[in-house]
Amino acid sequence: MGEMMNEGQSAGGNFDLSQFYDIFFEEAGENLDQMEQMLLQLDLEQADDEELNAIFRCAHSIKGGAATFGFADVAELTHQMESLLDKLRRHELQPTPPMVDVLLESSDALRLLLGRHQGRHVDTPATADLVQRISALANGQAAAIPAATAPPAAPPTTAAPEQPAPTAFAAPSPAAVATPAPAAASTAAPRTTTRLAGERELEIHIGPMEHPGQADSIAELFRDISGLGRIEALPCDQIDKRVYRVHTQSSDGDLLDLFTFHVSKEHIQIVDLDALPTEQVEPAAAAAAAPQAAQPIPGEGTDFGFFDDAPGMPAAEPSNASPTSSTEPASALTEAAAPSETATVATESAPVAAVKAATAASATRAEPRAATPASMESSTLRVSVSKVDQLINLVGELVITQAMLAQKSRELDNASTQPLLAGLADLDRNTRDLQEAVMSIRMIPMSVVFNRFPRMLRDLAGKLGKRVELITHGEATELDKGLIEKITDPLTHLIRNSCDHGIEMPQERLAKGKTEHGNITLSASHQGGSILIEVRDDGKGLSREKLLKKAREKGMDAPDTLSDADVWNLILAPGFSTAEVVTDVSGRGVGMDVVKKNIASLGGTVEIDSAEGYGMSVKVQLPLTLAIMDGMSVRVSDEVYILPLSSVIESFQIKADDINTVAQGAQLVKVREEYMPVIELERVFDVPRFEHNASSPIMVVVESDGARVALMVDELLGQQQVVIKNLESNYRKVTNVSGATILGDGKVALILDTSGLVRRSRH
Amino acid sequence: MQSILAVDDSASMRKMVAFTLTGAGFHVVEAVDGQDAFEKAQNHAIDLVLTDQNMPRLDGLGLTRKLREHPKFKSTPILILTTESSDQMKQAGRQAGATGWLVKPFDPGRLIEVIQKVIR
Repeated sequence: MGEMMNEGQSAGGNFDLSQFYDIFFEEAGENLDQMEQMLLQLDLEQADDEELNAIFRCAHSIKGGAATFGFADVAELTHQMESLLDKLRRHELQPTPPMVDVLLESSDALRLLLGRHQGRHVDTPATADLVQRISALANGQAAAIPAATAPPAAPPTTAAPEQPAPTAFAAPSPAAVATPAPAAASTAAPRTTTRLAGERELEIHIGPMEHPGQADSIAELFRDISGLGRIEALPCDQIDKRVYRVHTQSSDGDLLDLFTFHVSKEHIQIVDLDALPTEQVEPAAAAAAAPQAAQPIPGEGTDFGFFDDAPGMPAAEPSNASPTSSTEPASALTEAAAPSETATVATESAPVAAVKAATAASATRAEPRAATPASMESSTLRVSVSKVDQLINLVGELVITQAMLAQKSRELDNASTQPLLAGLADLDRNTRDLQEAVMSIRMIPMSVVFNRFPRMLRDLAGKLGKRVELITHGEATELDKGLIEKITDPLTHLIRNSCDHGIEMPQERLAKGKTEHGNITLSASHQGGSILIEVRDDGKGLSREKLLKKAREKGMDAPDTLSDADVWNLILAPGFSTAEVVTDVSGRGVGMDVVKKNIASLGGTVEIDSAEGYGMSVKVQLPLTLAIMDGMSVRVSDEVYILPLSSVIESFQIKADDINTVAQGAQLVKVREEYMPVIELERVFDVPRFEHNASSPIMVVVESDGARVALMVDELLGQQQVVIKNLESNYRKVTNVSGATILGDGKVALILDTSGLVRRSRH
Repeated sequence: MQSILAVDDSASMRKMVAFTLTGAGFHVVEAVDGQDAFEKAQNHAIDLVLTDQNMPRLDGLGLTRKLREHPKFKSTPILILTTESSDQMKQAGRQAGATGWLVKPFDPGRLIEVIQKVIR
């Protein structure tokens, strides 16, 4: 921390901004998401002011950050977007579909640019075309306002500089410090008057250098980077220097960042010809200073200023102040424009503020550096997922330790241990609360997934010539981050399916008496310990006849007596291409079986419902989290196994003769006039049972993939929450086992993979 | 230690400003927009307000006006960060009661220098 402090204190160019890159990237991503979403929702005929402002702010924010952190290409493109959006929000232009298109494309391009800056190997987007299209849209349709970037800007040809604006200065300081006019500042070459809107005219001085030829690489930059601007070499009488005339929309900082790839910063000088007063000023002191290098600054610069009659300026300037600013208090007192009251308060309140500051200081003086991070107030905190996972892991361990203590404490029962037992009961409760709180950190709202679909649907519907509206419900429903990431692909599949195969063409819909545009509803809600996500469309639905016919062609067993639910489930079977059958759209293997497999691997289920001609619905049920599970512990011989409580249907004791052995030694148990396969866990896991309770075994019925099996166990031990430990990453994959957990007594118990066991019973 | 209220809807800008100012020995209170800033200003001793202009809910000019209406902030220095340095913007800043302006993007060192001109 100490080092960073020193760095912060040293003003100027050696300030390391890279530490803020990650936060900028994340924020830019969020801004792009938000912008995209709002663009898609934008009602072009009646655009809401607040919406337009919000979209503008997104571009504006990204631009500001990109410019600050030196991502010139991002700043450049967002600058163009911002210009267009600024006109939209000022109602100088009416939003049109081509505008939305180009803004969306730009947002894609920005994602790629940002990705490249993050070190990802992605294609470099062609931004030049976008920049051109945006500025054409911004200019072409608004002939009244020629300047693309800053509408209120002075016409480019006038000599009056746009910045600094003289009126805002107490006294304009002649030599603009940010851009020191070098001795060579040439006015020899005539200044051009034809310029693109928002463009600045600069002179770049390179040198003195031993090999001034290096400077030519800078000219190449302008060739290579489209949209950067134009450059021309100017005659220069000093052989160790080069002078260029540049027309660009990029900021000095951006240019400097680019140039320093080829020439060191000390050798670059950027002179803003627009900022120079019309009469040539005395050359500024240092010839070698970089534009933004630390220098004593006078009252104002091109990049900042104080209002001469403004409240808040110090009452008296200390000795090192420039003469111009020391006149400010006087003017503040005499200026009629300012209410005299304000000025008086200004002088009086200075000591008050000082006292306040002193109190604050004395409170924190003892450890000022340690105190500062805590003072950075914000309602949210960004933390890396690995830290959260570590926390969850530790809480998991704590839960186990707590369970061990609880188990041990059951053996104690005399009066002297009462306080201990009470303490343990508290520990139990607190541990549970802690676990819940920690788990909730990983929970993120479904909107993260939902938000990507409007754009996808818009593109897809456009391609297919369909009109589709996406309605979402329950975006605030929270789900474990791990699950959110894994549910995205299956949901994308389902929504694509609905749009591609479910929703009819507009004419067809109108002919059927439906609305021209199809509706796809995406909803999420909590149901007990799980989350229910539904994708519903009002398209053509599934055809029972076609599905049955197709199933028979595939050689599947599909009698006419199959229930509707079973018929719909046919599309989940591997290799069952629904595309040809249901919608006659060929060439798209939709892979519903993959969707089902992915969701099953998350411990979820898929349920399909449909009405031919009216649409279909796919319901996906998922557990809330992958890290903790409600389990039922059972004993087989000396081993304890955990069954996921969600798959346990019932348990009962039977008589030995209720079990029938059929062909190949397979066993069946008759439960309420229904036969069910029996799995003896002792055989599956090869654990010999010593006290075989042959006369009345205990059966636990579990269900998976719509099929049920009865597991034969020795004892039901109880229900408990278990922390799932991945077996694959700690050991290797074991058939019929989905993971492991540590029990209260410290022993490891295997968590059974019920779907694996059900599959086993089928073979 | 003097307190600066740093207002920006962009977290990266806010962090950068906070880091810069903390490094220069200031105490920094962060706010995510004008409204948030106005609320935080009530509960902290603030020696200077540094605010972005373009923000949701309440922008920089709006915040400035609101603070100036409050006796506690009649003379607190308020600097507006803006990407526009147009006369119009400056005029608006002056009318709202701002103390001064600083053009974005700015160099962190520059920020400290400008702030130190107003408070010491």
